[in-house]
Amino acid sequence: MNLLIVENLSKSFRGLKAVSDASFTIPDGSINALIGPNGAGKTTIFNMVAGVFPPDVGKIKFMAKEIQGLRPDQVCAAGIGRTFQNVKPFAGLSVLDNVIVGSLLRSKNSSDSRRYALEILEKLQLGPKRDLPASSLTLPDRKRLEVARALATRPRLLLLDEVMAGLRPTECDQMVEMFRDLNKTDGLTILLIEHVMRAVMALAQHIGVLHHGEVIARGTPEEIVRDPAVLECYLGEETEV
Amino acid sequence: MLLPWFAGSYALSVATLILYFAYTGQAWNVMMGFAGQLSLGHALYVGVGGYAAGALFYHYGIGPWAGLWLAILLCVALGLAIGFLAFRFGISGVYFALLTIAFAEFTRIGFDHLDWLGGPGGMFLKVAQRDSIDLLNFRGPPAMYYYSMLFLTVIAFVLCALLLRSRAGYYWQAIRENEEAAQALGINTFRWKMLAVAISSAMTAVSGVFFAFYYNNLFPEQIFHISRSIEIILGPIIGGIGTLFGPILGAVVLTLLSDGITEGLAAMGWEIPGIKQVFYGLVLLAVIMFLPNGIWPPLARRLGFHK
Repeated sequence: MNLLIVENLSKSFRGLKAVSDASFTIPDGSINALIGPNGAGKTTIFNMVAGVFPPDVGKIKFMAKEIQGLRPDQVCAAGIGRTFQNVKPFAGLSVLDNVIVGSLLRSKNSSDSRRYALEILEKLQLGPKRDLPASSLTLPDRKRLEVARALATRPRLLLLDEVMAGLRPTECDQMVEMFRDLNKTDGLTILLIEHVMRAVMALAQHIGVLHHGEVIARGTPEEIVRDPAVLECYLGEETEV
Repeated sequence: MLLPWFAGSYALSVATLILYFAYTGQAWNVMMGFAGQLSLGHALYVGVGGYAAGALFYHYGIGPWAGLWLAILLCVALGLAIGFLAFRFGISGVYFALLTIAFAEFTRIGFDHLDWLGGPGGMFLKVAQRDSIDLLNFRGPPAMYYYSMLFLTVIAFVLCALLLRSRAGYYWQAIRENEEAAQALGINTFRWKMLAVAISSAMTAVSGVFFAFYYNNLFPEQIFHISRSIEIILGPIIGGIGTLFGPILGAVVLTLLSDGITEGLAAMGWEIPGIKQVFYGLVLLAVIMFLPNGIWPPLARRLGFHK
């Protein structure tokens, strides 16, 4: 069963085509990555799915319901959680309160949401830091908090916008391990946008490659790394570095 | 609690004023301190609330207990109208603040031309004997006003403490800290901001009703003036924005300071026009420079409170 279906999505900004006719599907329970060079339209697709702005053309179906044009809070309530590329913690609140804000969405009362938030903090190894103000966290911890907050809304689908960027390789591996675990034990479906190929290759079962707003390839990691079109536009540049 | 038994009438009026600012500051704090929406026009709600209850009493002899509801109704409607305009069309930050000033200002100008409410000449409520308590019409000795303000301040404090711990409190603070992230967590930011405005304006309407029946005279030029709005927000800013004790502490410090300076200067025989404002400004400057988060947060830490 497909949890998310994106059909013929297009979006222009002042005449500049950011995404054109993009289609892909995300099977329930899978881990998927959307890769592509800077400016390929990854974040634009992401934002349309998350409800930040509506597509010009095209449909987004989540759990068989059309969700294009909904507001971000409605998308979240429908069951899609997201993180931000530039982390946006509630800086003045404690780590725990940050997560409680998320878990209140599907909790009856605040003690219920507190319990669930604590559970998630443990899972993401933020338990000992729960009483610190979010502003005092290091970048890896902020990224983790970003994920914890999104998870607290109990999503069926989690959208991760470059959560690995800026992490050291070992921290990156820990994150990969954590997402694998969430996918396996909770059946969480994940769609990630990522530049860090190490993480993409280790995590994703399906990869879509975007270039100039178009999906130029889809497949398993093994297929993608052998695709000549992908090698030319994206991975080719990467190997020169 | 027992202040009226031993304090003189001057001390009692100062104490009443402190409580008035503590209560009104608490009301403003719901919008700015909790939900992060800067209102620089809260005098609007004091004025409309005061005039609403005052006019009912003045024209029809209807007491403030009925007028209170009209005041709250009008102020909430006004607040929601401002909120709708701003939040629906994405006006935020300083532009939102400007909108609140604009509403207060043109209401002031409008009231100047409302002859039914006395126009610029003001509206004067009939002052009855001050030594007998007439609760029905909210007429009585200074102690009655003191106790009602004390009651309101306590109620406001408890209400705000409960709100902060509720879903609304969490959501407001999330919106204050980062609205985009709040929305991504499923919070309908429009609705919760509107709720903050509604509660804040309703609470401030009550200040207005108190003002009308305590001072018994209302002038548009005074009650809606922007300096009144500033007066309301100085307490919570000095005391600590977003804290529960900040508005109370700020009201105490500022009122005592203001009166202290007046008294002090008079005692020294300095009678230079405007010198009080200069002193006042200097002290404010010092507090903001050395305690940028207000007095309460560092004090709370020293006293061993968490927040």
